[in-house]
Amino acid sequence: MKTVPPITPASFTGSSTYVATSDLKLAVNAALKLQRPLLVKGEPGTGKTMLAEEVAAALGMPLFQWHIKSTTKAQQGLYEYDAVSRLRDSQLGDAKVNDIRNYIIKGVLWQAFEATEPSVLLIDEIDKADIEFPNDLLREIDRMEFYVYETRELIRAKYRPLVIITSNNEKELPDAFLRRCFFHYIAFPDAQTMQSIVEVHHPNLKQDLLAAALKSFYQIRALPGLKKKPSTSELIDWLKLLLAEDIAPAELYQTDENVLIPPLHGALLKNEQDLQLFERLVLMNRNHR
Amino acid sequence: MLIDFFLQLKKAKIPVSILEFLTLLTALKQGVIKPSIDEFYQLARMTLVKDEQYFDRFDQAFGNYFQGIENIISLQPDIPLAWLEKQLQRVLSPEEKAALKKLGGPEALKKRLVELLQKQKGRHAGGNKWLGTGGSSPFGHGGYHPEGFRIGGASAGNRTAIRVWEAREFKDYDNNLALSPRNMKIALRRLRRFARTGAVLEFDLDNTIQSTAANAGMLDIKMRPERHNQVKVLLLMDVGGSMDDHISKVAELFSAAKTEFKHLEHFYFHNCVYERLWQSNRRRRDQVSATQDIINRYSADYKLIFVGDATMSPYEILSAGGSVEFDNRESGAAWLKRLLHHFPHFAWLNPEPEAVWQYRQSIEMVQNLMQGHMYPVTLAGLESAMRQLSK
Repeated sequence: MKTVPPITPASFTGSSTYVATSDLKLAVNAALKLQRPLLVKGEPGTGKTMLAEEVAAALGMPLFQWHIKSTTKAQQGLYEYDAVSRLRDSQLGDAKVNDIRNYIIKGVLWQAFEATEPSVLLIDEIDKADIEFPNDLLREIDRMEFYVYETRELIRAKYRPLVIITSNNEKELPDAFLRRCFFHYIAFPDAQTMQSIVEVHHPNLKQDLLAAALKSFYQIRALPGLKKKPSTSELIDWLKLLLAEDIAPAELYQTDENVLIPPLHGALLKNEQDLQLFERLVLMNRNHR
Repeated sequence: MLIDFFLQLKKAKIPVSILEFLTLLTALKQGVIKPSIDEFYQLARMTLVKDEQYFDRFDQAFGNYFQGIENIISLQPDIPLAWLEKQLQRVLSPEEKAALKKLGGPEALKKRLVELLQKQKGRHAGGNKWLGTGGSSPFGHGGYHPEGFRIGGASAGNRTAIRVWEAREFKDYDNNLALSPRNMKIALRRLRRFARTGAVLEFDLDNTIQSTAANAGMLDIKMRPERHNQVKVLLLMDVGGSMDDHISKVAELFSAAKTEFKHLEHFYFHNCVYERLWQSNRRRRDQVSATQDIINRYSADYKLIFVGDATMSPYEILSAGGSVEFDNRESGAAWLKRLLHHFPHFAWLNPEPEAVWQYRQSIEMVQNLMQGHMYPVTLAGLESAMRQLSK
């Protein structure tokens, strides 16, 4: 088996706009070094998709993105044969029609394989597609080559791209596919990591406001029965709003004497039922005193 | 090298493969990590474990193998009482449950948990794991719960602590392939019947090429209807009472069925079917459908699937007026027979483990009424049910 030239083993150490935990860095670097795809799962809003962008930016590699929808077919990532245009051109007597190559539309995988430098390939939300979708891509991702039947040519990657795959766990992925990947689960950041994430996004946030907001945020997350717990991206949006409104830290604090609904909490809880539940819980708390 | 570690993981029922193990060795050889146990832990986990529900189990096995790391059960972290009760419901066998009911109260339940925990402490090596959380959380607030319950707040990325609260399968599932939404869907696919009906919307390339060629090169476009799964399913589900124990399993089954079948009608009943069924549990009092109407409305090519534990008192099936909910004029058995007569393709899925069926009179009665077409909600059971339905 001919091997595809490897990526120059650089290593990923996080970036000024993305906080990567040590195990995430290790996962990315192992995937780079061993040339295996990296499967990333985690709660929505923990920065799965951003990871690929940040890795590409940090290592200075071009990024190819393939966003999967429920109707996406594996073949679309490779290429599509536009038979209808060719048929139309043949009716019009266009000279283009003689070369079938004019009607082969390259997919994202093909573009990544063609790249003249090592690249990052993001397959986003693979679980959205049909249940057999990952199986259809096994060989392509394993061997980094595929065959174009229409032109009878073999497309092989010049440089093996770093493949990053994200999943929201809507469907389970087949074992054969999983076995070939490294797996990283982005756990919800602890308070300390969260602090550094916030500092990356809002460098000038007042310390006391941040502390108060974080405390309030973890309190809300700890509430039982929420349908969708607020995640990192919602926290960052909320902080943006708090900053814009110039809210004092004291208003965020839930002390024992003073139970209140934090301002602008709609940015954190996006589900109507959750909002109602939250308000009810806060009121209940207040009445108990 | 590390073969014992690999076998230990296998023993802990983590789905690891040789390919993944070799990858781990390659990674070590290539010096992906510095020689440190922390990094080895991370590397081993991301190479060998592909599902976060096994993380806890992996931690346990890892700790077992690399001795010298603390392996302590701490009962101190405050465990929410509600969680205990809920969890115990799943841990205990029906006999134990009955016994506990007599003991009464959450206090007794809590005592039982402590006992279980202590027993577990002595049993680590045997792999008879009693407590912990099922992979997708058993009490779903909206279904999927990636971390399960974590006690003590240690995150998955925490690398020193050996967590004791491992993921475990329900006792009932021991001899069965775990039923995940994925293989549930695959099992349901046995029931597919593809056909092209309806409006012609799809471009038929092959046919167009052929007829264009036949037409001496003049374009002749052919269209055709899209391919759809034509199978029609009528799902009748038992709710409430004894079904509470099976909610998560049935909910998964239902959502799998919803995505697999385009023509899926569902109705609820309580314990046994009588003259009324309803479509929404919230409106079960005011929005009911007469069972006779359903028989009239849906044609005989619908496949009829019951989901229920068939666990009730025999008179609820046999006698008129036997329903626990209302005064039924005809017996449940009569209604069941009427439904089966109209829908020739039918099956009953029973979430209760097959082993207890013979001990419950009502299950046996329903089994007879269903002419033996009762299947457990396991992978094998689903597959035989689908085979029966597609006959």
